[in-house]
Amino acid sequence: MGNNGSKNGHGQDKGELVIENVTRVFRLPGAPSCTALQECSLTVERGKLTVLVGPSGCGKSTLANIAAGYDHPDSGRVLIDGRPVTGSGRDRIMVFQETALWPWMTVLKNATFGPTMLGEMSRSDAEDKAMVLLEKVGLKDFKDKYPAQLSGGMQRRAELCRALVMNPKVMILDEPFRGLDVMTRELMQEYLLKLFQQTGLTMLFITSEIEEALFLADRIMVMTNLPGTVKTTVETDLPRPRDYQVLATERYRQIKSQVMESLYEEGAKIFQRLDGIQDLLGNCQASSQP
Amino acid sequence: MARAATITGAPLSLRVRNFVFSGQFVRGSLAVLGFFVIWQAGSMGLLPFMHAIPTPITVAQAFWEFMHTAKYWQSWLDSTLRVMYGFVAAQLLGIPLGLGMGWNRNFKDFSYPLFELMRPIPPLAWVPVSILFWPTNEISIAFITFIGAFFTIVVNVLGGVSAIPRQLVNAAVSFGASPKQVFWRIVLPATIPSIVTGMMVGIGITWNVVIAAEMIAGNTGLGRLTWEAYLASHTPGIIVGMISIGLAGYVSSMAVKMIGDWLMPWKKIF
Repeated sequence: MGNNGSKNGHGQDKGELVIENVTRVFRLPGAPSCTALQECSLTVERGKLTVLVGPSGCGKSTLANIAAGYDHPDSGRVLIDGRPVTGSGRDRIMVFQETALWPWMTVLKNATFGPTMLGEMSRSDAEDKAMVLLEKVGLKDFKDKYPAQLSGGMQRRAELCRALVMNPKVMILDEPFRGLDVMTRELMQEYLLKLFQQTGLTMLFITSEIEEALFLADRIMVMTNLPGTVKTTVETDLPRPRDYQVLATERYRQIKSQVMESLYEEGAKIFQRLDGIQDLLGNCQASSQP
Repeated sequence: MARAATITGAPLSLRVRNFVFSGQFVRGSLAVLGFFVIWQAGSMGLLPFMHAIPTPITVAQAFWEFMHTAKYWQSWLDSTLRVMYGFVAAQLLGIPLGLGMGWNRNFKDFSYPLFELMRPIPPLAWVPVSILFWPTNEISIAFITFIGAFFTIVVNVLGGVSAIPRQLVNAAVSFGASPKQVFWRIVLPATIPSIVTGMMVGIGITWNVVIAAEMIAGNTGLGRLTWEAYLASHTPGIIVGMISIGLAGYVSSMAVKMIGDWLMPWKKIF
């Protein structure tokens, strides 16, 4: 897709995203401070699809927001191709959990907003480029619809196109398929893999679903629970292109159990913590009895 | 079917026909018709306390007479112009103020306390001071009308800007949009639904206010017309005035709604 009229070609645009010793503490008045990330480091390799898995509430989204530049670390830094970055920029486009399509623009207007706003491309060039992408994800006939007229899965596809039109160096996807039904979700995963293989973009994909992680990833990083750091890194050396056949292979099961073991340890910690709270509550009730 | 035809740009005659035969129209007409039936029964002495009210037929006759006087139409024109001046001025000042307060923290800190101090003062409480302040009664009434719509629109716009989903702005920022581009291309369109809501509420308030202001301070207008009928003990005239006010408000709301539909094509789908 690098040769569909874009002035800056694609191949050299892939970037390497490095998170270096990032710590982020949330301090709310009147509440104990919460360390979301503690000395967290990870490298998202050039042209690889890295998936970050972790139990919900472990600081994954905080990490994504910092990587995208919407939030700032208390210490540590974010580097793109070795260059430290602060603030958000078009080199790191993020696809969100909730749809972020602009509801007053049609699908095509959404997709061409970036390049035309920046004046990088004429409207017709931007439209040509967007149409190539929209066609790839089956939205060609929906270009003049408003986001509210699309299904959840179509909205996510439109959003992927909108991000890809920008030629980002890194794409950050924060649980982009959460809330979709199982069928749509599987289809979306296939669309994403197709786009990934055609563009070879560097992607950081965040999810709490192991199957999703295994199906997509070149490399899986399991995050610890609060404070979040990378606990284990698992190379997902499953052959590409992948389809759902891969779920039946022995290698898939091996990697899955490896990731699950690591993840469930973290999950168990939450429950232990909850048990602790239960004990506390029990004690309080006991002591309030006459 | 009827709904489809209203949207797809069918010829006007077809759209009107579809609307008249639609369930929406029939249900609405039933309520209006029922109201007149109960009124007729009441003024015939079938319901308590209503014997002093003239029957719909007497009122209809009075209406017919009013419609043949220049004064009646002049009242419509005067009230409508006052509403227009006050309403338009409220939008012109209120929309930028609301956007400014929502967009700039410092400006909100600066202006919000004063705004909230003024907001609870009812428009009619402004009547004495505006008569003293403004050179003509005409300006006074338009000003009071302005007050009626101004606070509503500001509150709605401010609420609208504050409620813009964060990711809509974040997405534009990461695409490289400057603050100016974010404001004009994201914040402003995202606030349009709130602006339209503010306008819808505001137009109703301006009609409430203009009628009351005319009764107190005016020499003309639909409010004054109604009041004069009262002073002359011409009860059918009072009711003609009231119905006229109702019609005027209804037509204005429809006009604002049409502007809203035109501003928000993405809301008018399916």
